[in-house]
Amino acid sequence: MTLPHWSYVAMLVFCLVGTLPLVPAFRLRVLRQPRRLLLTVLLAGTPFLLWDLYATHAGHWWFDEEQTLPWRVAGLPLEEISFFVVIPVVAVLTLEGVRAARRGVRPGSGRRREEAR
Amino acid sequence: MSYTALAALGVVAAIVLDRWVARTRITSTSDWWSAYAIIVFFQLLTNGWLTGRGIVRYDPDTILGSEDVVLVGDGRILFAPVEDLAFGFALVLTSCVAWTWLGRHRAADSTVDSAVDRATS
Repeated sequence: MTLPHWSYVAMLVFCLVGTLPLVPAFRLRVLRQPRRLLLTVLLAGTPFLLWDLYATHAGHWWFDEEQTLPWRVAGLPLEEISFFVVIPVVAVLTLEGVRAARRGVRPGSGRRREEAR
Repeated sequence: MSYTALAALGVVAAIVLDRWVARTRITSTSDWWSAYAIIVFFQLLTNGWLTGRGIVRYDPDTILGSEDVVLVGDGRILFAPVEDLAFGFALVLTSCVAWTWLGRHRAADSTVDSAVDRATS
């Protein structure tokens, strides 16, 4: 495998690197609710994954073998399946980040409060 | 059905889900639209990466534009077919609706718990 094979993976990593720091910064309780998060991924991701399967098999779009990892499940690269896990998580983290910011939580304020105790 | 028709249907389905099925109505909140504004900015960047490099390619018969990958125009925004914006909107909205809907049930449960706590204390 060469570096270009990781092109799609790089995009997914970028999404997570950009949003996971919201959890400690705004003290989000998203990852502490694994069941709710898993159900969200299943409920929201599944219909879009089915759409993706249909569209890929109908030839609406296809994936470059040179820029994806070699593994395929039902004709989809593993990255494309991971997309329907990563994007719901990223969406929830962003929404909860906005909600926390609107409630007056400021980045890093949790750490200062803990230090004060 | 073309990608264009399916994408339009996806947007309508996500809004119907939010407003009338799950009744979360997050599309009435500025929290949702602020979050979406942030997400759509990054969607344009990441989707631009996927489509600009040709990691994902599209059949011109199913999209508004042609097979030419251009920065803007010919049915494309930052290399990506405009249909992708609709697909992304529907996926992100459905995710936030599901999360909020599941949280509402959790909140209802905790209300019951606290009522039980009060009754038993």
